[in-house]
Amino acid sequence: MARTFLSWPVLRQLTGADRLGRGAAVRSRNTDEITARTETADRVAKSVCPYCAVGCAQKVFVKDEKVIQIEGDPDSPVNRGRLCPKGAASKNLVTSPLRQTTIKYRAPYATEWTDLALDTAMEMIADRVVKARNDTWQDVDERGQRVRRTLGIASLGGATLDNEENYLIKKLFTAMGAIQIENQARI
Amino acid sequence: MAEAHPVGFQWVMEAKARGAKIIHVDPRFTRTSALADTFVPIRAGSDIAFLGGIVNYVLSNELDFREYVVNYTNAAAIVSDDFQDTDDLDGLFSGYDPETRTYDPTSWQYAGDEPAADDEQNPEMQRETASALQHESHGSGVKANPPRDETLQDPRCVYQVLKRHYARYTPEMVARTCGVSEEQFREVCEAWTANSNPDRTTALVYSVGWTQHSVGVQYIRTGAILQLLLGNMGRPGGGVMALRGHASIQGSTDIPTLFNLLPGYLPMPNAVEHQSLEQWIEAVSQPDAKGFWANASAYGVNLLKAYFGDAATPENDFCFDYLPKITGDHGTYSTVMDMIDGKVKGYFLLGQNPAVGSAHGRAQRLGMANLDWVVVRDLFEIESATFWKTSPEVATGEIVPEECRTEVFLMPAASHVEKEGTFTQTQRMLQWREKAVEPPDDCRSELWFFYHLGRMVRERYADSTEERDLPIQQLAWDYPTHGPLVEPSAEAVLMEINGFEVESGRPLSSFIEMKADGSTLGGCWIYTGVYKDGVNQAARRKPGSDQSFVAPEWGWAWPANRRMLYNRASADPSGKPWSERKAYVWWDEDAGEWTGHDVPDFEKTKPPSYRPPDGAAGVEGLAGNDPFIMQGDGKGALYVPQGLIDGPMPTHYEPVESPFRNPFYAQQANPTSKEYVRPDNPSNPSPSQGHSEVYPYVFTTSRLTEHHTAGGMSRFVARLAELQPEMFIEVSPELADERGLEPGGWATIITSRSAIEARVLVTDRLTPLKVEGRTVHQVWLPYHWGEGGLVTGDSANDLIGISLDPNVLIQESKVGTCDVRPGRRPTGPALRRLVMDYQNDAGLTTAHAVEDTKESQS
Amino acid sequence: MTSLFRENDLWGPLDPSEEAGYGEDRPKRKGFFTDTSICIGCKACEVACKEWNDVPADHFDMLGSSYDNSHSLNANQWRHVAFIEQPKRLGDQESGLRQSVDLGMPVMAPSSPPEEQPPDGAEKPDFRWLMSSDVCKHCTHAACLDVCPTGSLFRSEFGTVVVQDDICNGCGYCVPACPYGVIERRKGPDGAKNVGIAQKCTLCYDRLEAGQTPACAQACPTQSIQFGDVEELRERANTRVAQLNDAGVMDARLYGNDPDDGVGGAGAFFLLLDEPEVYGFPPDPVVTTRDLPHMFRRASAAAAVMLAGAAVSFLGRRR
Repeated sequence: MARTFLSWPVLRQLTGADRLGRGAAVRSRNTDEITARTETADRVAKSVCPYCAVGCAQKVFVKDEKVIQIEGDPDSPVNRGRLCPKGAASKNLVTSPLRQTTIKYRAPYATEWTDLALDTAMEMIADRVVKARNDTWQDVDERGQRVRRTLGIASLGGATLDNEENYLIKKLFTAMGAIQIENQARI
Repeated sequence: MAEAHPVGFQWVMEAKARGAKIIHVDPRFTRTSALADTFVPIRAGSDIAFLGGIVNYVLSNELDFREYVVNYTNAAAIVSDDFQDTDDLDGLFSGYDPETRTYDPTSWQYAGDEPAADDEQNPEMQRETASALQHESHGSGVKANPPRDETLQDPRCVYQVLKRHYARYTPEMVARTCGVSEEQFREVCEAWTANSNPDRTTALVYSVGWTQHSVGVQYIRTGAILQLLLGNMGRPGGGVMALRGHASIQGSTDIPTLFNLLPGYLPMPNAVEHQSLEQWIEAVSQPDAKGFWANASAYGVNLLKAYFGDAATPENDFCFDYLPKITGDHGTYSTVMDMIDGKVKGYFLLGQNPAVGSAHGRAQRLGMANLDWVVVRDLFEIESATFWKTSPEVATGEIVPEECRTEVFLMPAASHVEKEGTFTQTQRMLQWREKAVEPPDDCRSELWFFYHLGRMVRERYADSTEERDLPIQQLAWDYPTHGPLVEPSAEAVLMEINGFEVESGRPLSSFIEMKADGSTLGGCWIYTGVYKDGVNQAARRKPGSDQSFVAPEWGWAWPANRRMLYNRASADPSGKPWSERKAYVWWDEDAGEWTGHDVPDFEKTKPPSYRPPDGAAGVEGLAGNDPFIMQGDGKGALYVPQGLIDGPMPTHYEPVESPFRNPFYAQQANPTSKEYVRPDNPSNPSPSQGHSEVYPYVFTTSRLTEHHTAGGMSRFVARLAELQPEMFIEVSPELADERGLEPGGWATIITSRSAIEARVLVTDRLTPLKVEGRTVHQVWLPYHWGEGGLVTGDSANDLIGISLDPNVLIQESKVGTCDVRPGRRPTGPALRRLVMDYQNDAGLTTAHAVEDTKESQS
Repeated sequence: MTSLFRENDLWGPLDPSEEAGYGEDRPKRKGFFTDTSICIGCKACEVACKEWNDVPADHFDMLGSSYDNSHSLNANQWRHVAFIEQPKRLGDQESGLRQSVDLGMPVMAPSSPPEEQPPDGAEKPDFRWLMSSDVCKHCTHAACLDVCPTGSLFRSEFGTVVVQDDICNGCGYCVPACPYGVIERRKGPDGAKNVGIAQKCTLCYDRLEAGQTPACAQACPTQSIQFGDVEELRERANTRVAQLNDAGVMDARLYGNDPDDGVGGAGAFFLLLDEPEVYGFPPDPVVTTRDLPHMFRRASAAAAVMLAGAAVSFLGRRR
């Protein structure tokens, strides 16, 4: 028993200022020790909301390598610490139990998923990219114009990605001759 | 704005508290309307008629901001005698070719410029390559010094041409076309003009549903014309503000993952006109034009150096030949058709869910089911990863898992807190995100995925002797990596984007330092400066409360950390602020330079009185009163002589699907819209084709605050899913009565593409409108649902067909026609039968009908 | 026993934290002023509250009541945004929905029967869409706290009313005591924390201890939810009502701000644009323990039982 009899609420109540036992007298130890979990975070990463394009700044609080809270950054001249329901749900987004964290593979004609190791999947994808490129390569088009490209590989996405990522995506696909590279800006 | 950008809306509320009047124009009363001073319900698809009516109000009453208009816009420029307007040709401009459904813009040019159009690529190719998108920072390619009449009296000057063009956009026509009462329309006209003058500015804010029309670019053009006429561009509190909808959709346009663009709005070379570096550069720099595109050779060479490193030399034209060439429309919708036709092998989906989020969901899914492989990179098991087992086409029997050959790799992605990098938000501001935690298990960033994929592909081609593999072998792909996951350094990539001196590695501080000789490299010229002085400027976080209202030390905005474009226009021609209240940047005579709250969008020491010598072009050609420094003539474009496919001035056309004939002209719809005429992409008929009554109602779609686009980031998130748990349709009480729709019950919505079901929300927020003397009902649908996630429902995008704006190849998904009936939709093969029955009733099932559709567009 | 109570202990104006035994160095009373005239109904408050307080998501059904799918305030919903669509005018707002719609003209639907035609020029009534984020009122005289036999519910130094999860035994006396129907025992879902015990808004007691703003108020995009010293908020609220009245919004009125009302004034009070009932508020809430002293005199035995219950409960929890 961590507490002494003298800390018993009724005694505190009858001997202290909180005669009705509705305040100071009935505080539990947990209550006395309570503080915001953000106060004891190991670190705070300065981030930006991943939903719309307003660009609200977020503070991401981390404890024991887990995200424990995401909230608006009051320093931001854009959002002044405020967030909409989506921004406010960002922790739920990144910690959702529904998140896919391992690879799922569906073989041709299969009716169910199977698992793949990351290395295996990467090798398989690289093989397929090379094959599709080789199989569909065009040095010239049907009018004899030099095009040096493939129309066998397409890509869609980028509006939720980082500039650095889009840069590498476009650079790699362009070098490979893939041109059907598109994102939400067309939609 | 309150619906889809609630946090941005705080500034609207702040303005309202300080006395600003808020007017909201929308087909339905939303959470934005609830807080606005005035709500104007409008028929979806009639915005050019509405805004054109205001342009007419301004011009016919001469309420324009005359000194601004004369000096800063092309109002005074004289248009070719050959130009004929829609008034003359019943809805067409001069130069139309019904065979190709395109215009020859020669007659649209400024007087004396007509032959210039001949140098341009052909209009059909321009449409196919969505060339207008390149003009996001290009401006129109007009020559520097057209003939001018600054009295604006010449009948061929832009001002008078514009005035005649909009003369028929009277309040009566606005009311007839838009369903807006004349009284309300006049209120908007008066409020807008009264609030636009040296002392006051009016802001026009649109969400990018505006782009999702067959005349989307011209919608925005109409807004721009109005804001130029009223002197609201380049001034604080003014402008045309696009509210974009994804965290870095601006960034993915600047550093594009788009088929027709390279970083910094350089065009993807096309096989017809750009077979050499010189041809490509000249197409961008337009030697006779004014402005900063004159330095295009530096921007192009720096990109090639960044791509191909040491292999790119002056002798080999910096490997220009390594760039693949486009030959037409390679956009996402064209690609989907190619998938259905078996022409595409593999598909990467990067945080994108086209099975729910793209128009014509059935076509999207049938396309994916006809690929060799799909790589889906996402946080969740989205519908685009499960089309082979859960899509509506599995229920209808159109996709049989045992017969579907597509291999699917669902590769888990790292979230925004599990990687570092920059997003570019809707005002062109880059903000660096720090990494908070490592991604779990097999989750990886796109940076990781593409760096390592590139590494592995390069390994496979390392020993190749094929010429075609040289670009891969010589690609500059050495990025430092770190950590247990071997993550490439995002800062190193950002440094390459910024650019540096090849020899010393010194980061460039401005694109002005870029050289065309190969001594510097930089991956995106408009982003140069983000790593100025070797400091990641996008990571700056000086509190907003510790700096001016412009907040220049929070993040970094392109170009040159300029927060407002064309801000030279915030000062009068002599360089003084238009008013003290609206001072932003101005000319400091004593210091001999431009100064102010923001980085001036003008050469720092070029005085307002500067006039270029005869024959000057490029930067030197910009006069001291030419604020629009990316435009070929330095002026804001009230009239666009070239660069647009569908005409030099916005004109009201009916949507591709409409219950009405065009009240303005015989020409029904955009004569140049991009159509894919094929049986699997039918359009509901318009009145001229007959049977339009089969799909009698107008529908529009948009977002809810509680969800995000195709739902991939909200339906799988419990706290958001519970806030709007089911797909629903909003209908007016009048329509509910007419169709027997029960509140809380079910409705089935049918178009010629598909039928979906939704719960019924009967609300006064929707109202029937009187258009062309008839009552028209509009219904509204959110589009966030699919069959995955915590909350499921049918997808509104299944209803929508593929018809595109000709300038940018964006689909018309914000307006269409449909039928609505009570009850749930049939399941299994019966669903297709229902859709086919409607097609039959509408006469759409024969090849003849398909041809009719095409005819009616032209 | 009756001397236990002083004037205004259970009724009338009072500084509740002083009364609850906190000394001179106590902070000023904290609360919310929710200005519903600028609420955009985005529900950021609902989400931010749930994220911070780990309140479970548990309802995935559509209510069909405008955009309200959160039902009400309850154990799993400490903030609740109400949506009210009304045929009324909002101040000088031009809703655009009042215009005359002459439905007598031919209608597009082919199969629909001829419509009933309203008289020519008949006007639809006006329209407005009200939104309001509700929350625990943190009453000056909080019946939930008065009846709590375990001392789980307590008055914090900020004057707020907070459940101590480690003390509550789930007896449920507080549930009917609340005149607003705010507090409730958590029934689920499976795996959620604190199932079985009373749950409600704590005004983010843990954040207040750290000098932070409650999660809902921090998130609120338009500052419809304002957090601060109750005294200052009351002044701000009065100013705002005057401002709105000047702007022609004559409906604006305050709810819960009056220290002389039935709960001695709420720590969380509201600017409303219609009668409280319209938003689901009781029109004239009265602390349900108002007559407790009177009852005490007549039935001190009952009080003794109550205290005994508290002691037993307390000992039980300490084992």
